[in-house]
Amino acid sequence: MLGRTANGLFWMFRYLERAENTARLVDAGLRMALTRDHTKAKEEWRSVIVTSGKKSAFEAKYEDDYSGPNVWNFILRDKENSANILSTFEQVRTNARLVRNVISSEVWEAVNISWMQLQDDLKRPVAQGNLGKVVGDVRRAGMQVHGAMAGSMLRDAGFHFARAGTFVERGDSIARILDIKYYLLLPSLSYVGSSLDTGQWDNVLRSVSGDRAYRWLNAGEIDARGIVEFLVLDDRFPRSLAFCHSALRDNLAALARLHHSEGLCNELMRDADTEMSATTIDDIFDTGLHQFLIDFSNRNSAIATAIAEDYRFIA
Amino acid sequence: MSEAPANFDEMYAEGGSVRPAYGGYCEWYDQQDPSWLKRKHREAESNFRKTGITFNVYGEDEAEERLIPFDMVPRVIGAGEWRRLVRGIEQRVSALNAFMYDLYHRQEIIRAGRVPQRLFQNNAAWLQQMVGFTPPGGVYSHIVGIDLVRTGPDEWYVLEDNARTPSGVSYMLENRETMMAMFPELFSQVDVEPVATYPRQLANSLAACAPPATKGKPTVAVLTPGIFNSAYFEHAFLADQMGAELVEGSDLRVMDGRVQMRTTRGFQPLDVIYRRIDDEYLDPLTFNPDSMLGVPGIMDVYRAGGVTIANAPGTGVCDDKAVYSFMPEIVEFYTGEKPLLPNVQTWRCADEDSLAYVLDNLEELVIKEVHGSGGYGMLIGPTASKKEIATFRKKLQATPENYIAQPTLALSTTPIFTNSGLAPRHVDLRPYVLVSPKGVDITPGGLTRVALKKGSLVVNSSQGGGTKDTWVLKD
Repeated sequence: MLGRTANGLFWMFRYLERAENTARLVDAGLRMALTRDHTKAKEEWRSVIVTSGKKSAFEAKYEDDYSGPNVWNFILRDKENSANILSTFEQVRTNARLVRNVISSEVWEAVNISWMQLQDDLKRPVAQGNLGKVVGDVRRAGMQVHGAMAGSMLRDAGFHFARAGTFVERGDSIARILDIKYYLLLPSLSYVGSSLDTGQWDNVLRSVSGDRAYRWLNAGEIDARGIVEFLVLDDRFPRSLAFCHSALRDNLAALARLHHSEGLCNELMRDADTEMSATTIDDIFDTGLHQFLIDFSNRNSAIATAIAEDYRFIA
Repeated sequence: MSEAPANFDEMYAEGGSVRPAYGGYCEWYDQQDPSWLKRKHREAESNFRKTGITFNVYGEDEAEERLIPFDMVPRVIGAGEWRRLVRGIEQRVSALNAFMYDLYHRQEIIRAGRVPQRLFQNNAAWLQQMVGFTPPGGVYSHIVGIDLVRTGPDEWYVLEDNARTPSGVSYMLENRETMMAMFPELFSQVDVEPVATYPRQLANSLAACAPPATKGKPTVAVLTPGIFNSAYFEHAFLADQMGAELVEGSDLRVMDGRVQMRTTRGFQPLDVIYRRIDDEYLDPLTFNPDSMLGVPGIMDVYRAGGVTIANAPGTGVCDDKAVYSFMPEIVEFYTGEKPLLPNVQTWRCADEDSLAYVLDNLEELVIKEVHGSGGYGMLIGPTASKKEIATFRKKLQATPENYIAQPTLALSTTPIFTNSGLAPRHVDLRPYVLVSPKGVDITPGGLTRVALKKGSLVVNSSQGGGTKDTWVLKD
């Protein structure tokens, strides 16, 4: 496979994951805003912007007017937000066009049809009544592409580059959500065990579609420590750091097998593995969650860089 | 149903009876519910959108992707008719390749005084670098598109030769796929020759021209300028269908006397490159130094037998309309036979007498630029305004050698589907021809382009033309 093609697959799935995670964030924001009074709602929307990393771009346009429609339209479709969901999805499609001769027609059509749907959804500003549908369309796009891939693609190197892109991006975005949410919710930590702000933690779970799984595992008990443990260390949940990590490890091992050689990325992955498997929730809180997440993100991006170099993504 | 047939109508004979080739189709058509057909018509478009069969339009916002309109009434060619066309095309394509060999070697045809020296001296596509070099397998134009038009039951003319990089073959294949998906029962009622063999034949034909340096099974790749090229869909489609790599210049590098592609396992040599970029961008060391599309040094590797480039650089000489005007002489010179497929009568404005005639008859003629393509830079006398004619007159007087003129042909029509039923529109036909040392392969079918506007003679997709499936009937 061409290095450029591997790069295209990797990024196609990174962007797909990014669009989906951003949509989940908007969804969580909407849920939070709807359960709050008017002033508090703006605070929730503000935290969505902060989590998406677009605070200064947003304030350059709206100053401190964090009204719901401003925020979700900014995230979904505003040209001044270069990472808006529409252009992120356009990147998915552009990369899919680049690698069109190695993806199945099912995968291509899932991307293309979703793209047409989103273009239609986001032609004009999204009203509140329509937000749920639009966010649903983005999430469904992700499901359809992953489903088409699972059902139709050869399990060769291309498949593993695509999966590696998915899990690098997912790990990255979960670490970011956790870090910022934890920081924003920090005051509530003194109330660990009380019911205060469990609504917010519930929404963190919702933004990664983990609320139901978490309740099932914990019989409805919601507290910060339990949620962090779930989202970081529970490798049964497909949107936990541990899961992303182990999936990425498997994909990189498969790539090494297919290429009959290991690269720097495998080495870095092994180091990360040793680190992760020795970590307990107590360690995380002892060293500080923030520091742990920063370390995780740094390792994650070092692995991504090594993948690009090991497999000659660019000339 | 058909309008006054000043032109040959391929479906209906005078008096409204259906011509034999269309018998099977018309029988089926007459049994269909018109509102169902209308639904199918819309379905076809949404199907093309979903599968993303588009072409990019330059100069529009963000290289907008457009669909080429698809018409669901097939163009049907009888088996006997097709056999005659095949013989004519084989003859012409063989002559074209022999002509190119000669032009880049001893130039016997010029010595014999059959064509003038200026034919290559003034030819922008002529490549000094090809002189004395013989491409692997002796093939210059591996993939040829011969544009044909029809004016009567047995009157077919060659309108243009595309020996450089003929495009559109993906539409031939996708149009058929779409027709089979929409009207499966039709294909069980009418015996149509399949076109789906094309990609495999293309792969075989290219592999048969592998260079001397090839070890084992030849590695074939399609070289594309990238996703912003108007024909990118076709490049990706052909690579996909052939199971070949789709490469860009930035993927390739000359190493150890071979052209190598950057794979995830390191650099690997390529044997045959089906390039879809023009000569001048192929090698910045040899041609345009500013080009980022090509591969520095590829021409040296080529000349040393390390890679096959298809079509060969310099084949553009045959796309020149001045060469076209000499095709009857060229065919005779190399085959010793009269051309089976005639040219459209052509005046070379470089000749003084012809120019005088052309200037006197601008309102009746079609004027084309010698190097132009795609329906740009031409004048269609009968439909042009006085102002356009005056502008062209000035151009002709200033640089007559840049133009040829042809009569406005009474192009045949075939019906298209409209909301009020069938209506005749002008068509042309581009069959696709593959050339290898093993012989000439012509896929039974081709791309029929159709003018969608009533009365219009312009069928180019860049000018709003559409396409339809082309059926060659089995015997």
